[in-house]
Amino acid sequence: MSGLLMPKPDDATMRRRDEIVADMRIIVPGEGVVDAANSMRAFESDGLTAYRQLPLVVVLPETVAQVSRVLKYCNDRNIRVVPRGSGTSLSGGALPLEDAVLLVMSRFNRILEIDFPNRIVVAQPGVTNLGITIAVEQEGFYYAPDPSSQIACSIGGNVAENSGGVHCLKYGLTANNVLGIEMVLMDGEVVRLGGRHLDAEGYDLLGVMTGSEGLLGVVTEVTVRILKKPETARALLIGFPTSEQGGQCVADIIGAGIIPGGMEMMDRPAIHAAEDFVHAGYPLDVEALLIVELDGPSVEVNHLIGLVEAIAYKNGSTTCRVSQSEQERLTFWAGRKAAFPAVGRISPDYYCMDGTIPRKELPRVLHGMRELSERYGLGVANVFHAGDGNLHPLILYDANVPGELDKAESFGADILRLCVKVGGVLTGEHGVGVEKRDLMPEMFNQIDLDQQMRVKCAFDPNHLLNPGKVFPQLRRCAELGRMHVHRGQTAFPDIPRF
Amino acid sequence: MTTFTPSTAAETLSTVAWAAAEEAPLEILGHGSKRGIGRPLQTEHTLDLSKLSGVTLYEPAELVLSAKAGTPLADIESLLAENGQQLAFEPLHYSPLLGGEKGKGTIGGVLAANLSGPRRLKAGAARDHILGVAAVSGRGEAFKSGGRVVKNVTGYDLSKLMANSWGTLAVLTDVTFKVLPSAETEVTLALRGLLDDQAAAAMALALGSSAEVSSAAHLPERVAARVAGGSLGSTAATLLRVEGFGPSVAYRVAALKDLLRNAGPLEEISGEISRSVWRDIRDCAPFTDGSEKPVWRVSMAPAQGHQMVLALRMQAAVDAFYDWQGGLIWLRMEHGDPEADLLRGLVRQYGGGHATLVRAAPSHRAAVPVFEPQASQLAALSARLKAEFDPKNILNPGRMAPAASSATLGPATEGAAS
Repeated sequence: MSGLLMPKPDDATMRRRDEIVADMRIIVPGEGVVDAANSMRAFESDGLTAYRQLPLVVVLPETVAQVSRVLKYCNDRNIRVVPRGSGTSLSGGALPLEDAVLLVMSRFNRILEIDFPNRIVVAQPGVTNLGITIAVEQEGFYYAPDPSSQIACSIGGNVAENSGGVHCLKYGLTANNVLGIEMVLMDGEVVRLGGRHLDAEGYDLLGVMTGSEGLLGVVTEVTVRILKKPETARALLIGFPTSEQGGQCVADIIGAGIIPGGMEMMDRPAIHAAEDFVHAGYPLDVEALLIVELDGPSVEVNHLIGLVEAIAYKNGSTTCRVSQSEQERLTFWAGRKAAFPAVGRISPDYYCMDGTIPRKELPRVLHGMRELSERYGLGVANVFHAGDGNLHPLILYDANVPGELDKAESFGADILRLCVKVGGVLTGEHGVGVEKRDLMPEMFNQIDLDQQMRVKCAFDPNHLLNPGKVFPQLRRCAELGRMHVHRGQTAFPDIPRF
Repeated sequence: MTTFTPSTAAETLSTVAWAAAEEAPLEILGHGSKRGIGRPLQTEHTLDLSKLSGVTLYEPAELVLSAKAGTPLADIESLLAENGQQLAFEPLHYSPLLGGEKGKGTIGGVLAANLSGPRRLKAGAARDHILGVAAVSGRGEAFKSGGRVVKNVTGYDLSKLMANSWGTLAVLTDVTFKVLPSAETEVTLALRGLLDDQAAAAMALALGSSAEVSSAAHLPERVAARVAGGSLGSTAATLLRVEGFGPSVAYRVAALKDLLRNAGPLEEISGEISRSVWRDIRDCAPFTDGSEKPVWRVSMAPAQGHQMVLALRMQAAVDAFYDWQGGLIWLRMEHGDPEADLLRGLVRQYGGGHATLVRAAPSHRAAVPVFEPQASQLAALSARLKAEFDPKNILNPGRMAPAASSATLGPATEGAAS
């Protein structure tokens, strides 16, 4: 683990481990408590495998009442809790703490209700993202957000991370597709936000919970909207001699009023790695490859294909292929979807970044990345959700070479600083977690961060839920609550008007 | 009694910092077009943001627009229209319904009230399109959240938290919204003469098809005559809007006609009439009558809306129409009494949701909870959140809930859930 400082384990908790394990067995009887080191090994990291830590104990509750009792028990005794869904986080959101109960929600795996007239599904949080689509697809419906881990990732985890996916440009993120949740606060209180209807009746706590990375509450039920599957989908595979031309093509497609179902770009190293791996027929003599997917009624798709072809040609595309069958469309995607493992073949290790930038800054950021690549002596391949400006640079390194992981992390941090500098953000969809935690001050000043932490104080005043994530330094709520006012020294002793 | 009219974010910050130090409550206003919504305020001072105005960034190709919070919504809509773009969530213009002047309302108010329109079904509300904010908390501190890019999960989404906060958490100074291309073509299909339950079934069928219906409303008999200058006539109209590129719209309208061929007589409406029908539904024109008769805005699961209304009609004289496939119910109480307990009881009975009393005489607004009362745990959480943003309770105190008037924490918030 390279220099990541996590909260110091609480001695009192560590000393009482046996007692805590025994109490957990009372609250969650049966197989729901795991405390042997060998068995806990499966939970020691999430998708960010560079960081590993065994938890105090793993607890797998089955009912909301058990979740509530576990949290209340821990809250009363000042014991930390780390919630976990399927453990696919790419930012270490579910990284265990040595002195914390790891609360694993995987046994909450049932679909509770499917309501086609209202087009909603009510699911327990451990149901996988794809599991929701599978439950409704016989009627021609699907759940739109489709993170690439959708086979494994849970809907509760999607809420925690506000997960996106290839299709979120047109269909929105998790936040735009969830209607309601039931959650348990750290003190054991059960709260329902939203429901089966649109919009909240008070503050948009559902909006804040979505993407809160497990720091505010534990989700125990999720109500999502489902959509009717588009009649058809076709994809174009377009190659450009320069990334500038590819970027301009993206801007022109959007400028023409077209919002594709998906729009992905890859750079030369990513194209080559993918092509070597899956033989999708990608052109190898281009600097940028664009996949544009159009979905809807076939008459619309055909109409838009014509428009996109013309835009691509105008921007100097050297190749442009349109999928003629569902098989061919999937082949176009196969390379993109396999980009990460493909890069894994050409490098012993890779480190996946997740910044978002204003689209027009793409050439500048790619250029900056090439310079950084030379300076650090590490390769980088880029895949890019071009429609919404979300970059996934994959930094190539070898963990067995001393110092290379540190170098890769510094390179990654510099890329994210560059993203922020051009008006972008640190993370588009993978979350802050532990990975980008210490970079938060690049984007926010202390007042901004304090106000975010005050939200945490309203939900979990003792900072017991998932501490060490998101915020570089958790400040005590009592300290955050103080008002620093200087009566008599204000700008308006005499209440002036503007 | 002082009205502050800052024209910069820095002046706004100074004012709120002063008010926080003096513990002097402020009423936060843009144009005041929605001043009639919420519990009446009795603050000594007013913070008027209408001079904090101007679009600061608009990049059509990036689909992003930033503006100071007091920028008129109407100006932003014109600017976007010149570029073939729009706020896809179609914010309703509240002013005429509440007896105000047409065209009033600011972009900050759009977010603070989480406005939306008939396209809410498909495109979401203000909360779904806000990308970033700059604001001043009740602590007199300027903070920012979010950014100018669509995909962003960096830190808590305080921008969304501003949606529907009605100026009670922070004073917005700058907002950044996602903007989208306007549809090239729109056609509205009208089914005529359906009863409410038949309309609900027809709308569910249409929305469950792949025709990508962007809006679905039902105007019962007589209400239909009160939109688009009476051009629909008074027969009940169940309206389905289809938007997009011409060939696609034609194809989907044909598919809908086939799907609904047995549902009732069908008409096609297009062009300016279609646009004015949806504008009038958006702005609740059927109840824009210059009166103070109570008007409710109720959000429920779509298929249950008409059942609730039927039950309500048994016990009270109401006029009603539906948007959002039947999930948004506009109600006008004909005898002047809001009947809040009756209505909210029925909403709970028919699957839950929330009812907001958007128009009523000040005496009713003072006596009846304007916003849906929350369950006690949720009310307590909301009160704690309010206290974290505004510990001295100086921002629109009491507008949303009487409970929020105290900075002390704890579950015993008076008047929370009844």
